[in-house]
Amino acid sequence: MPRTGGGLEEKMQTRVKGTSVWTSLALVGLLASSGCSRSPGRSVTLAGSTAFQPFAEKLAERYAATRPGTRVNVQGGGSAVGIQSALSGAAEIGMADLLQLPDEAKALKATVVARDGIAIVVHPQNPVAVLSADQARAVFSGKTANWKVLGGPDAAIRVISREEGSGTRRSFDKLVLAGEALAAGALFQNSNGTVREAVASDPAAVGYVSIGLVNGKVKALRYNDVVPTNANVVNGTYPLARPIFFLTRGVPAAQVQEFIDYVLSPEAQGILAQEGLIPAK
Amino acid sequence: MDRWISRLLFLAACSSTAVLAAIALFIFKEGVPIMARSGLGHFLFGTTWAPLDGQFGILPFIVGSLAVTAGALALGVPLGVACAFYLAEFAPRQWVGVLKPAIELLAGIPSVVYGFMGVMWLAPLIRNHLGGPGLSILAASCVLAIMILPTIVGVSVDSIQAISRRYKEGALALGATDWQALWRVQWPAARSGILAGVILGMGRAVGETMAVIMVSGNATQIPDSLLDSARTLTANIAIEMGYAVGAHRQALFATGVVLFFFIMILNTIALRVARRRF
Amino acid sequence: MRISPVVTERIAKTALMLSCAAALAALVFVIGFVLAGGFRNLSWAFLSQPILDMGREGGILPAIVGTLMMVFVAVGIAGPLGVASAIYLAEYTIEGRVTQTIRFGINCLAGVPSIIFGLFGFILFVVMLGFGWSILSGGLSLAAMILPTIIRTAEEALRSVPREYRDVAASLGASRWQVVTRSVLPYALPGILTGIILGIGRSIEETAVVIFTAGSAVQMPHSLFDSARTMSVHFYLLAREGISNEKAYATAAVLICTILVINTTAYVVMNRMMRGKRAS
Repeated sequence: MPRTGGGLEEKMQTRVKGTSVWTSLALVGLLASSGCSRSPGRSVTLAGSTAFQPFAEKLAERYAATRPGTRVNVQGGGSAVGIQSALSGAAEIGMADLLQLPDEAKALKATVVARDGIAIVVHPQNPVAVLSADQARAVFSGKTANWKVLGGPDAAIRVISREEGSGTRRSFDKLVLAGEALAAGALFQNSNGTVREAVASDPAAVGYVSIGLVNGKVKALRYNDVVPTNANVVNGTYPLARPIFFLTRGVPAAQVQEFIDYVLSPEAQGILAQEGLIPAK
Repeated sequence: MDRWISRLLFLAACSSTAVLAAIALFIFKEGVPIMARSGLGHFLFGTTWAPLDGQFGILPFIVGSLAVTAGALALGVPLGVACAFYLAEFAPRQWVGVLKPAIELLAGIPSVVYGFMGVMWLAPLIRNHLGGPGLSILAASCVLAIMILPTIVGVSVDSIQAISRRYKEGALALGATDWQALWRVQWPAARSGILAGVILGMGRAVGETMAVIMVSGNATQIPDSLLDSARTLTANIAIEMGYAVGAHRQALFATGVVLFFFIMILNTIALRVARRRF
Repeated sequence: MRISPVVTERIAKTALMLSCAAALAALVFVIGFVLAGGFRNLSWAFLSQPILDMGREGGILPAIVGTLMMVFVAVGIAGPLGVASAIYLAEYTIEGRVTQTIRFGINCLAGVPSIIFGLFGFILFVVMLGFGWSILSGGLSLAAMILPTIIRTAEEALRSVPREYRDVAASLGASRWQVVTRSVLPYALPGILTGIILGIGRSIEETAVVIFTAGSAVQMPHSLFDSARTMSVHFYLLAREGISNEKAYATAAVLICTILVINTTAYVVMNRMMRGKRAS
């Protein structure tokens, strides 16, 4: 037994030693190679608005395809992260979808790159099809608590909102609630997509999402009898919309300015329009 | 040479305590000032969370966390312990080799997958059959119960198997059936070990974030019932951290401080309980 | 009315078996749900193509690479550190104030919610140390998170090696370190590997930590300083924004298959190692 045991032990021991040597070499190699390839000069980082993030990723994909060697990174985090990252330098461009930029963003240069409309949505089976501004305010502040007041079924209205710091939420609060507080029993989801899912599966729910995200699963309500479409936002009849800002600090580096110029170019604006946003002009 | 190795190993061992201390430092540094400013009582027991108005009461979230965790334990512990006893005592030998890894596989599924399934399938089910918004404490409890099941089963199986065979054999020799031996002899003996596992599971449930955000509805009020929506402490931090500045941000760190103490207390209890095993 | 013990026994046994069946049913349901939703998209192309059009098209290769790199960093750091800690706790000390403090630290670290690791990682690695959103930041934060798991399992494994193994080596004049590396470690290896594999599993499924520290870039990462997404993050973002449920399910299917493969490998390796030892 000792001989077999010793043989196995030695094999194990060599294996342990061997593996650890290779692992450390590999780790060192990886770290070394990574140090070499870090080239901040050719990369642009955007951070912020989750509403705009997918669109920014799409534009970044197109942009990088035409300019090999450039990396454009898009992070999320929300409009406030966008402002903070631009201020702290963690990102070269901060993205924010707010009606008005808060005080701390005054030090940044803001460029409007698109506009996004907000649609109030309900379950497709909900008979209610239109809300006036006053009715919308009453619904979302909780003053109107039952659908039957609006001509719908006898069911308690379930308000679904975005979280406190979301750009979409802040804009909606300013435009629709206009000073009233949100309904006390509101449910919160942390993205456009999950709000849409929540409304799509609940006949008594009401929420708000970007116009570009309205699909067959939910029904968009007319606001003041105006259908929520990008065309109506552009011609001014549909008031629920907010701009999307690119925030930069100081003078942007060459490749950063190049990307911003690209986003404002007709090609990029056309892509945004195709995907459901409203061009900046 | 040996002494150098011994020193190096000691440093390595201190690393985890060092990391913990660093985490504590960062969280406390940001969070304690605001707790002092608005008063600990107001912070812990205030019922209004309205950061933009300067109101930072986290009682609704404490209640939310407790409710969701209690629900998860109520569902997960009986199921898990029963499973463990079945696996340890009554399952055919060949099956155990498949069943145990299968249950451990439940732990490997990402929490966001559970959360997504909860939104797509469980919440509508709850709403249609039991009422309420569907996105509720009950939904979160169900999801968490499945997530902590492997932990409870794993630790319980180990505890049961750690009991000397003689306990059971003694009972059987005295004429007890398998079940009587289990219920009257093995269960009391394994209880403290199982409890340690339950507390581990509780820690996991309290700390879970992503799945809970997706299915609990995240309302900021104190919930009225299991079918009501609620927000947990972890969900609050995750949802609002990206957007918070100034006092709001500090309040979220303060929530982290509360969580921290919660976990430390749970762990101390777990240590005491587990030690009683010996 | 007294129920006969035999009847109680039968009822009880059935109840226990049913609970096990229920747990398994949950597992089968979840996996079935995911596979059913995504198997249409599972193909070699899916695994090898870049992420296109916000995730609506293409595949998940960057996410796979991102996951691998991040797990490599996390385990590369937590593995040696954790095993070293375990060796110290199991072999080099006796229970006392110092070890109790260390153990308390480990246990508390194990209980810290993942979101706090995310915050900590963001403040320390992304902002203060200037690594930015990167695989390095993500890997380091994940390492901190899986460290307790590795230490715990490794220590268990070391402790379960019988005393005689150490005594024999020591009596032959081996130094402490030699005793550990030659007589104890080889036998504790299966247990240690289990801990590392548990750590790998945890890193792969973790989402909150990764989003906060490694960001969510869609491109293929080329270095440790690049931001990248893991498969879990990709799934979360796809599902959350409602971009493409199909691709989301497919990603989840790949994830679950990965976990399955890892777990099975772990068991096979462990069994083979145990069998090898028993033979000797």
